[in-house]
Amino acid sequence: MEYVIEMLNIRKVFGNFVANDNITLQVKKGEIHALLGENGAGKSTLMNVLFGLYQPDGGEIRVKGKKVNITDPNVANELGIGMVHQHFMLVDTFTVTENIILGSEPTKGGAIDMKRAEQEVRELSERYGLAVDPTAKIADISVGMQQRVEILKTLYRGADILIFDEPTAVLTPQEIHELIQIMKKLVKEGKSIILITHKLKEIMEVCDRVTVIRRGKGIATLNVAETNPNELASLMVGREVQFKTEKKPAQPGKPVLEIKDLVVKDARGVTAVNHLDLTVHAGEIVGIAGVDGNGQTELIEALTGLVKVESGSILLNGRDITNLPPRKIIEAGVGHIPQDRHKHGLVLDFPIGENMVLQTYYKPPYSKRGVLNFKAIYEKARQLIAEFDVRTPDEYTKARALSGGNQQKAIIGREVDRNPDLLIAAQPTRGLDVGAIEFIHRRLIEQRDKGKAVLLVSFELDEVMNVSDRIAVIYEGKIVAIVDPKETTEQELGLLMAGSKRKEAGVSS
Amino acid sequence: MKLSELKKFFVSASSAFVVPVLAVLLGMIVGAVVMIASGYNPLAGYSSLLYGAFGDPYYIGETIRQTTPYILAGLAVAFAFRTGLFNIGVEGQLIVGWLAAVWVGVSFELPKAIHLPLAILAAALAGALWAFIPGILKAYLRVHEVIITIMMNYIALHMTNAIIRSVLSEEGFKSKQVHESASLRSEFLESITYHSSVHYGIIIAIIGAVIMWFLLEKTTKGFELRAVGFNQHASQYAGMNVKANIILSMAISGAFAGIAGAMEGLGTFGNISVKAGFTGVGFDGIAVALIGGNNAFGILLSALLFGALKVGALEMPSSAGVPTELVDIIIALIIFFVASSYVIRLLLSRLKKGAE
Repeated sequence: MEYVIEMLNIRKVFGNFVANDNITLQVKKGEIHALLGENGAGKSTLMNVLFGLYQPDGGEIRVKGKKVNITDPNVANELGIGMVHQHFMLVDTFTVTENIILGSEPTKGGAIDMKRAEQEVRELSERYGLAVDPTAKIADISVGMQQRVEILKTLYRGADILIFDEPTAVLTPQEIHELIQIMKKLVKEGKSIILITHKLKEIMEVCDRVTVIRRGKGIATLNVAETNPNELASLMVGREVQFKTEKKPAQPGKPVLEIKDLVVKDARGVTAVNHLDLTVHAGEIVGIAGVDGNGQTELIEALTGLVKVESGSILLNGRDITNLPPRKIIEAGVGHIPQDRHKHGLVLDFPIGENMVLQTYYKPPYSKRGVLNFKAIYEKARQLIAEFDVRTPDEYTKARALSGGNQQKAIIGREVDRNPDLLIAAQPTRGLDVGAIEFIHRRLIEQRDKGKAVLLVSFELDEVMNVSDRIAVIYEGKIVAIVDPKETTEQELGLLMAGSKRKEAGVSS
Repeated sequence: MKLSELKKFFVSASSAFVVPVLAVLLGMIVGAVVMIASGYNPLAGYSSLLYGAFGDPYYIGETIRQTTPYILAGLAVAFAFRTGLFNIGVEGQLIVGWLAAVWVGVSFELPKAIHLPLAILAAALAGALWAFIPGILKAYLRVHEVIITIMMNYIALHMTNAIIRSVLSEEGFKSKQVHESASLRSEFLESITYHSSVHYGIIIAIIGAVIMWFLLEKTTKGFELRAVGFNQHASQYAGMNVKANIILSMAISGAFAGIAGAMEGLGTFGNISVKAGFTGVGFDGIAVALIGGNNAFGILLSALLFGALKVGALEMPSSAGVPTELVDIIIALIIFFVASSYVIRLLLSRLKKGAE
């Protein structure tokens, strides 16, 4: 009984589309097994088959050596398979314990035995080092803690095999580090883990073996100790991938964006951007590194006119754009790739073609005397779709139907095409696979080489170090240091981001 | 093989058209069950309904007359809905529009080419103003438009009654008839429909549908309004003025509702009388918009359905002995099935699975 889970030659077809083409996945007891693939490679389909949400069209599943027929998630639960979903399924207004016991409540005389439940949750939490307060409300705890509640939910139901669906996508670097410790602890206690991911670093750090799938086909299963990120990336994408995006040295020109002594308050009225100074020149990429919640969001919203600036000034090409309405700022030459592409970047229920003119729809040739010229709009859309390799059935398809990577390419196409003097890119590659990341990084560098100013905000240190020409570290709403990516290390940046000052803040440029 | 092809046809057409049609059919089937259970003959019931709606020119005229305000009320609801707002206040906006139209109609003596458009414009402005208030409250204070529009309905009803009593009437409960120059009545239309009360309003209602379609689908402003309706955050990011668009959307919706009131004031009745309660047309407009899929041309059809049901129902008690209450039940059933179109979609997707 070497394998706890065996999925042998699993086939799943949707219409004419083969999502899983005879994939085999075998997970050993007590290992962390990565399932690696690009967006849309068939990872989720395969896991949904294992979890009983889809029925396979071919192949067989064995759990602990026995052939099983998983008809729905309840069967999966009974077999000891639990899933930690990427999007949490929690009731915000309930406590941790209430969420965990939901659906299998311990009762005493017809009433829920909350004391016993809390005790059980506390024991589980301590045993696996999760440090969750059973009485806290979900709405009051951090995203990382919420994820632990999801983990506890599966453990409470007696899961031996845990599926983690892209668990780190929503976490800060610290939380990722803690999650990795938790996963190690789980396997030590005899659990087995399947980790769905497209982040190579995580696989190298935590996994024992990895199964790579590409376009619905199983490509390889490897021992992590015997492979390296380059090999994994090329197996996943099907070609050589460049991690270090090639770029020439920057040739900074005149200042394009000048932020002086900027103060911005957040929605609760607390100062989020605290006397911040920063200059971005033409022909350079300035990366802002920092832990989430140190004023990055408010800074971007102030730059794009979405929140009011309390004091200080923002100059674009020497012109004061402080507190102008968003449209004036856009017209002044600012492009923006927003952090949340679904909420801020796209109207998901509009065709992708109409999303391409979301800021320019009122200008000729798209609008003439107040009437839209759909011919011109869709012509532009076709051009951008081709130029930026947006994979969509056609330009009339709703933006909602596109994958995350293609939605992001569409937004970048739209922003770059307007040819803005300043391009603000907030978390531009979040949730994307290496192929799309490479594409987007190249586009950002291309803008720089055309003499544009690029401001990159990212929580991924790799990204900031790889793409930027200068790195500005933000901490508690201030730029605490400006460093050269060629001369710094992740350790140094980590310390600066945590607030240990090394260099004086300033406009040293 | 043939059956599966049939199923596939239904599935492919299901998106826009099949669901409302199936909902209407299901409503009628369950309505038939209710009639049988109550001891009435459903065939006789439905045939008298059909006759009462389209049986001769008089009935056709009455059906069209009833359809007219339904179209405009449906457009009002749909316009707001398409831009992300829920205008429950169409009823109140209709009443103030009715009042404004009659007021202009009785107060001036002008050439028809000026007087009639002026009266309709007054109705549109009154309705727009009535919807503008919840629009402003929503945009600037984030007060939910459903609450305010419901309350504005009561204010409209009682304020209008007060004005009729104190300003517009001598007898105390009814205004004078509007001058001929402001009337939508048509001797020609009446003569070809055996003296039904059909009037030129239907033309205005159809023009209204075309305007709504053009405005929303073809104009720059419509693009903006729809974008704000789907996603305020993205619209704001893209530089659109979300607040102004919310207010404008409510005002346009209210203008449609106000014109619906003008149809009653300048056409059907030619006056305005003190109302004991709501007309119901504004509320029915919600159902009309829903069944019409919030689409201008769908609304023309669903308004016709509502008009035919309302007018045809009058024939049911006399020729089939079915009480009017049962007709209301059937209408309610149809709305129920449309509102639960999720169930119909579910059934269709099951069929689809079977077909594959």
